[in-house]
Amino acid sequence: MERKNNWKGWLYLAPALILITLFTIFPIINTFVISFLKEYRYATGANEGFTFDNYGIVLGITERIPGMPESKMTEFIRYALPNTLLITFVTVPLSILVSLGIAIGLNRIKAVRSFFQTVFFLPYVTNTIAVGMVFALIFDNTGIFNNFFGLGNLNWMNVGTTWGKAMFVTCLYVIWTGLPFKILVFSSGLQNVDQQYYDAARIDATPKWKTDLKIVLPLISPQILYVSVTSFISGFKEYNAIIGLFNRSYTTNGNAHDLYTVVYYIYDQIQGSGSNRHLEYAAAGAVILFLIIFAFTLLQMWVSKKRVHY
Amino acid sequence: MENESIQTHLTLIIPGRKKGIKETEKRDRILHVIGLVIAYCFLGIAAFVVLLPFYYMIAASFMTEEQLNAGGFFPTEGNILENIAFNYSHTIHSDGFPYFDLVRNTLIVGLSTTCGSLVITILSAFAFSKLNFKGKEVLFTIFLSTMMIPGEMMVITNYITMSNLGLAYAQQNQFQIYLTLILPFLCNVFYIYLLRQNFMQIPNELYLAAKVDGKSDWQYLWKVMVPMASPTIITIFILNLIESWNSYVWPNTIIINKDPTLSVLSVALRGTTFQYYEHEAFRPMYTWQMAATVLTTVPLLVLFIIFRKHIMRGIARAGIKG
Repeated sequence: MERKNNWKGWLYLAPALILITLFTIFPIINTFVISFLKEYRYATGANEGFTFDNYGIVLGITERIPGMPESKMTEFIRYALPNTLLITFVTVPLSILVSLGIAIGLNRIKAVRSFFQTVFFLPYVTNTIAVGMVFALIFDNTGIFNNFFGLGNLNWMNVGTTWGKAMFVTCLYVIWTGLPFKILVFSSGLQNVDQQYYDAARIDATPKWKTDLKIVLPLISPQILYVSVTSFISGFKEYNAIIGLFNRSYTTNGNAHDLYTVVYYIYDQIQGSGSNRHLEYAAAGAVILFLIIFAFTLLQMWVSKKRVHY
Repeated sequence: MENESIQTHLTLIIPGRKKGIKETEKRDRILHVIGLVIAYCFLGIAAFVVLLPFYYMIAASFMTEEQLNAGGFFPTEGNILENIAFNYSHTIHSDGFPYFDLVRNTLIVGLSTTCGSLVITILSAFAFSKLNFKGKEVLFTIFLSTMMIPGEMMVITNYITMSNLGLAYAQQNQFQIYLTLILPFLCNVFYIYLLRQNFMQIPNELYLAAKVDGKSDWQYLWKVMVPMASPTIITIFILNLIESWNSYVWPNTIIINKDPTLSVLSVALRGTTFQYYEHEAFRPMYTWQMAATVLTTVPLLVLFIIFRKHIMRGIARAGIKG
């Protein structure tokens, strides 16, 4: 360590530096720039200069064709953003509660514990798209969910369903896919709780549920903070669940894009064909997404300073 | 006088409850059993919900199409072995889901990405943990801060880069598809961070001892550091492979050529409607679709069961979000 091997460090880092510059740092800056370009053409890079219009168009404020109010693009503000917020704020608290319950349960039992641990971890290694298709089949009109609960031919998934039902299945699926990671983090947090806390609580004849609620929960609050930050971030980026379940962005023909999420919107702008391919809108959408995530992470960090006990 | 024995009898009274220790113990035992029963019931129900989709995907691929359409739960209709043979043989050879081509492509992409990024990760983690150079801290902070930025920011420009490099167009060939899928994922900041933390724990005395023995940095890295950090390296290898096998969004964006034999598993799975030509009409086959999901999911489940400890320990230690 004493020697100054200046050039050597850079040599070892060279491959990573080249790749991260090309595929991460340059793209971040470039996407930010694109989001401010008027009439951007990605194939040639041609544009008509600086503008804030892309943000206005994405947020449904600016008309795409000046003087025509009906040319406003409203799907981001009407569907993508509300759906994303709904999915995030419904699934994150619920899945944290369920996975805390499961982790505490796992901590109590001894027999067949490692079997349960393996089972609860399975969704982590599976393909979100593939299992989404299985969920779609389970919730099919004649599927086993309707059969089991005696709901007849209720349409959850197919064209003609309602937004509420579609969101119900989506939230259920997002919770299902989010469980393993949370259970694992909580379990390892619980294993690190010193036995003396439990012993002290027993001497005071504290009921077990009270021990968990008043003593153990505060002790694993760093894990809870960590899990909630990461799951809020991934909630805001939800996309695969909708593709796996529905593979389309609408509930009923004519209800354009009422199943959009923010990321779904972004990819539709990238993948759109011909003149519908608007990378500048996608870029503006991505910057908005980044700002939301950034603001939210800061907020959570701020709250945690008051609430989390290290 | 010495043999005097003292006998004491202690009765513990819990204040306010006026119960002896026996009753309290009994109550404790009963409450303990009730607690366990509740815990097992809760875990059992949760495990059932978690396992249900896995069971149903396999069960559905063993059914006849008629039984699946009627919402059957156990594969009971027809000859099960014949159902399996029929569903799986048609799935593997279907036009939209050429299984062996897809597995080959997915594996080539997955293994190249994983091995390439592992070498880059090892080199960078070594530089960040054991070498001294100007600007190291600043550079490491820049690396870490890129993790905060959502991947969608990169996808937009990477898409443009790939099409400017002439790799993304409707007639792109297999090799070009491999390149587009591998290149952006060769440098993974998170894994560099993970391995650096591990390298930091290796005492510097070893480095100095290796220096005394006349080993170069390069030899030291591969002969001492890498073997010592092998559990973490195996974890990174498996996690990276899983991630690559399951990736959908980027492949779906960048594979523009519609030929399914050039595609990867997730993209072909979602992009194909399995249909059976029968009585001069096409009908959708959900049993085949489920057979395809089984074929996509099961290899990873097997990998997971083999490397369970490595995977779970790695994620518990590091905390990774898929």
